[in-house]
Amino acid sequence: MSEIAEKVQSIIVDKLGVAEAEVTPEATFAQDLGADSLDTVELIMQLEQEFDVKIPEDEANKIQTVGDAIKFIEDAQKA
Amino acid sequence: MELKRVVVTGLGAITPLGNDVDTTWQAALKGESGAGPITHFDASLFKTQFACEVKGFDYKMAMYNPDDRAEMKEVRRTDLYSQYALAAAKQAIVDARLLDEGIDRNEVGVIFASGIGGLHTFENEAGNYAKNEADGPRYSPFFIPTMIADIAAGHISMRYGFRGPNFGVVSACATSTNAMIDAFNYVRLGKATAIVTGGSEAPIFPAGVGGFNAMRAISTRNDDPKTASRPFSASRDGFVIGEGAVCLIFEELEHALARGARIYGEVIGGGMSGDAHHITAPHPEGLGAKLVMQRAIDDAGIRPDEVDYVNVHGTSTPLGDVGEAKAIKDVFGDHAYQMNISSTKSMTGHMLGATGAMEALFCVLACQHNIVPPTINHADGDDDEQLDYKMNFTFNKAQEREVNIALSNTFGFGGHNASIIVKKYKVGL
Repeated sequence: MSEIAEKVQSIIVDKLGVAEAEVTPEATFAQDLGADSLDTVELIMQLEQEFDVKIPEDEANKIQTVGDAIKFIEDAQKA
Repeated sequence: MELKRVVVTGLGAITPLGNDVDTTWQAALKGESGAGPITHFDASLFKTQFACEVKGFDYKMAMYNPDDRAEMKEVRRTDLYSQYALAAAKQAIVDARLLDEGIDRNEVGVIFASGIGGLHTFENEAGNYAKNEADGPRYSPFFIPTMIADIAAGHISMRYGFRGPNFGVVSACATSTNAMIDAFNYVRLGKATAIVTGGSEAPIFPAGVGGFNAMRAISTRNDDPKTASRPFSASRDGFVIGEGAVCLIFEELEHALARGARIYGEVIGGGMSGDAHHITAPHPEGLGAKLVMQRAIDDAGIRPDEVDYVNVHGTSTPLGDVGEAKAIKDVFGDHAYQMNISSTKSMTGHMLGATGAMEALFCVLACQHNIVPPTINHADGDDDEQLDYKMNFTFNKAQEREVNIALSNTFGFGGHNASIIVKKYKVGL
């Protein structure tokens, strides 16, 4: 697992109160990880802060899975 | 329609005197003070550096399993005031066996109050914004639902599935008495079989202490915190901030009897009034205070001389104590010299939105055990010439006596007054 993926995973575990094993790239925030709309906003804010990236609202809405989040951050950091 | 009778079937307490009902009650009977140096934040630059804090409170131990991540997620999203509320409510709900099978949780309500709500949460969020204003607003999506003063009632209902009437009440320091009166009314009207009621407050943070300091409302006796709250003594210099939560289960009598619940006492009346005078100062003639006691007595259908004990608002402020004592003499006449009067705030400090519930709990236990907790910290000769010391302020030592009926007064900034009357419960009467 990449350094980014590991960091994202640990943030999700912390914010959503789920087990590490549940945080797979395919896991969806809403269904698989039980995040409500407030959880999702908080999570996005935390990712922005942790990785020093801006995630605009329309982009944030497209992030549905753990893999989406990791990919967004990887792309943003390459840019 | 005939009103139903309402009894108290469960108690819970997280207070400056102890983290359960028994410890709190025993400390009050011994005349212990809950005051000490402030530990919740560095108060070294504040005029007041002490308070009546809750001690050794571990929310994880009180409420949750630290190994359960989902529960720990909830912990992070509750202000300290909600944590106190949830812990006191858990004690009371377990005490009343309110989760037993056969109890319809749709008919159980929660009317649980806070005078301020999540002050610490507000302070943190607003402070973060101020520090990083150039970055634009970055408020947590949980800011509002953590801070609002009704959310403790919401959390309690969510945790236990109680779907009866559900809300908070706000009237500053009268808050939890208003909550209890609402609970009493809804149960006697048949709108719920039981209601989890009471109040919670967690104000011992910079904004709370600094704000009350600015008003010159709180004592600055930093060299002697334990004697600072001294209601009805001439040298009193303001109230001492307290905190914590107290919960009572109000239940319809027949419902309680049918399930064999333990009954601590009966709630028989409530009164409410407004001073219509000033934002913080009490009415100098105690007009609102007189009205509220009279209304509670009328509501209970008793004579004034049937009241054995008045747990006063008695915050230890120069103006407040005098006005209340005058009002008591006006309402009770010569009987004012026969009954016991005490301010338990001398020990607990002023628990603000939790104080009404704290003092109602003391009234219930005073009736049950025939003993009146004291007003501590009165030194011989420290008499205020505006007060009549022929009245029995129960100074310094608890007094044993028959207590059949007790009345608790609470008065809030804004001129909100609320009084509640409880009675010893006797089987078959």
